[in-house]
Amino acid sequence: MLSRVAESLYWIGRYIERADNIARLLDVNLNILTDFKDLNDSRLVEHWEPIIRSTGDWDLFNSLGYKPNSRAATDFLTFDRSNPNSIISCLIAARQNARIIRDQIPSEVFEAINDAYLDLRDSGSDEIWKEGPYQFYNAIQNFSQLFQGMVASTVVRGLGYYFMETGKFLERADKTSRILDIKYHILLPRVQDVGGVVDTAQWTAILRSCSAFEPYHRNFATVVDPALVTEFLIFSAKFPRAIRYSLARLGDHLGRISRNKHDRFSNEAERECGRLYSDLTYVSVEEVLDQGLHEYLDYLQHRLNRVGGAIHETFFGVPD
Amino acid sequence: MDFSSYEVGDFFDEMFEEDGTIRPHYQGIYERLKDLPPAEMLQKQKAVDRAFLRQGVTFTVYNDEQGTERIFPFDLFPRIIPGDEWETLERGLTPRITALNLFLKDIYSEQRIIKEDIIPRSYIESAPYFRPEFMHVPVPKDIYIHICGTDLIRDQNGEYLVLEDNARSPSGVSYLLENREAMKKVFPHFFPNTGTRSVDRYTEDLLETLKYIAPEGVDDPTAVLLTPGVYNSAYFEHSLLARRMGIEIVEGSDLVVENSFVYMRTTEGLKRVDVIYRRIDDDFLDPDVFREDSLLGVRGLVDAYRKGNVSLANSIGTGVADDKLIYKYVPDMIRFYMSEEPLLASVDTYVADDPKERSYILDNLANLVVKSTNEAGGYGMLIGPHSTRSEIETFRDLINANPRNFIAQPPISLSRHPTITEEGIQGRHVDLRPYILCGKKISILPGGLTRVALRKGSLVVNSSQGGGSKDTWVLYGES
Repeated sequence: MLSRVAESLYWIGRYIERADNIARLLDVNLNILTDFKDLNDSRLVEHWEPIIRSTGDWDLFNSLGYKPNSRAATDFLTFDRSNPNSIISCLIAARQNARIIRDQIPSEVFEAINDAYLDLRDSGSDEIWKEGPYQFYNAIQNFSQLFQGMVASTVVRGLGYYFMETGKFLERADKTSRILDIKYHILLPRVQDVGGVVDTAQWTAILRSCSAFEPYHRNFATVVDPALVTEFLIFSAKFPRAIRYSLARLGDHLGRISRNKHDRFSNEAERECGRLYSDLTYVSVEEVLDQGLHEYLDYLQHRLNRVGGAIHETFFGVPD
Repeated sequence: MDFSSYEVGDFFDEMFEEDGTIRPHYQGIYERLKDLPPAEMLQKQKAVDRAFLRQGVTFTVYNDEQGTERIFPFDLFPRIIPGDEWETLERGLTPRITALNLFLKDIYSEQRIIKEDIIPRSYIESAPYFRPEFMHVPVPKDIYIHICGTDLIRDQNGEYLVLEDNARSPSGVSYLLENREAMKKVFPHFFPNTGTRSVDRYTEDLLETLKYIAPEGVDDPTAVLLTPGVYNSAYFEHSLLARRMGIEIVEGSDLVVENSFVYMRTTEGLKRVDVIYRRIDDDFLDPDVFREDSLLGVRGLVDAYRKGNVSLANSIGTGVADDKLIYKYVPDMIRFYMSEEPLLASVDTYVADDPKERSYILDNLANLVVKSTNEAGGYGMLIGPHSTRSEIETFRDLINANPRNFIAQPPISLSRHPTITEEGIQGRHVDLRPYILCGKKISILPGGLTRVALRKGSLVVNSSQGGGSKDTWVLYGES
């Protein structure tokens, strides 16, 4: 497969996963606002700042003159084309990549991506804001599910498929770590609030943002507990949005790409991914909390970046 | 649909005789369409437009800030060509393309046609797409033009005339393929009964043609389609053809030349490429040989081509054959190389470079169509009868400044075809571009692209200037 084509497929996987995560993040966090008492400007800032920080674009948000409130967060993360990670930017990029390699994917998959783009392009932020954004974010998530389902059921299992899945799982691991990190940035009003109603609501929102609320309860059958949430979202081998699960799939796909038959790595991408996966297999949640959740997540993101860099070097690099 | 107010006018109408009688091959479609409520037709039209947009069957409009993609307007009223009429066209087109290939072989080797005074040497040597640096560079199987899109028009009497031979990198075939798909979807009950020939084989024939011209000794050649990239207006077509042939679509930066062989960069290293269906012009192929500023091409590609290690479709230098001045001589080529009389007529052509003909042109600018010899897309053209005095004077200056660059022809009143417009069904001018493949044999896709000038009275069918297209049905013949 052409390196350029592989890279396009990889980015389609990443961008659609990214759009999906942003839609879920906004959906949940707009929703929980309705449970808050005394919603004033400063509460809104406390609410939105960590969320925007988690996307990595807090500086851009400020430089574009936005103030952290619901409308600004929605506009910035959804419609603003000058934000390269907004939903519209993700869909434009996914669709542009799909146009480039449309000979590689089934027509119905291309049409689904194109359709989502055309719908979003034609819908204005004013109108969505007026009608309530829930339906809208649901539509984005539905598109992502449709895309995943079509890919699962129509794309030939070959290099193209593996590269799309590689992009998806790397993005998912990164996004789950970022969503979990939101909690770090939220300052609770007083020490005694830890474990209180607000704290629980925040941890619940994090679970919901990862579509993990029901799976968490099915797994632990207990109240929302920070250590258990952390364990579930980082270390679960069974929950498909957990970081460890995502890395396992990422490793599978990288192995298939290299047609690796023996149980040792054959390139840097496999090595970086395998090492990180093995760390996640043997680190305990207690160690993570001792070290500090934020510090650990920071380290994870750094390692995920190295995996991404190695994938780029190994498969897409244009030697000169 | 209401035909009662349809006017044939002073033109040859594809569907109606002068007295308004329906030509027999349109009787069937007439029966079906006459009872169709206009609202339903409109609904079908909207569904098709929406489907094209969804599927990304679009072309990119340049000079548009948003890089807008538009659909190529599609008129649901099909154009129908009877089987025997099509066979006549095939009998005319086949020797024409054969002669063009013989001409190219000759002009890049012995140049008999110049030596025997059929075509003046200066006309060949001044053709901007003549590539003297490729003299005596052989091409596989002596075929230069593998893919040709010949534009045909019909005059007032319904006679088919060749308007131009597009021998470099003709586009539009994807619209033909997609138009048929769309027609089948909106009129699912039409097709089993109309006796229309299928267009499905085109991409298979194209792939066979590409493989046929592989370098000597390559048994299982790898063919690729070289595109300028996703921002090119015809990118959709490139990707459709590549997809249907199952070959890679590559950009210049995907290819690399080592030791005079061409390779593509893949995730598993370099892979040899044997045949390139290139959709970029000669000028951009290789910055070492042609334009240095080309970012689209591949350094060293021409060297690999010269050494016979990679084949290009079409070959380098075919543009001299579709120069509008050389066009005048194609009937002579058929006589010279094949000792046959051409069966397809051409349009009378006056050459501005010839002093006598130039003075005729300059005296009659208001009654002639003046064309620049190497422009495409309907640009660089003066339609005398429809032009203002100042436009005519501009062309007078242009012709005087560079006579080699212009020819003139009498205006042909293109045939018209019933077309769905906002004011009901009306006649609009059409042309026809059949697609011809030259490989082991010559095959002509039964159909061709019918382009229609959607603006009332307009004679310009180009997509960039208000043109649309129609599905073209070639009926099975008696035989």
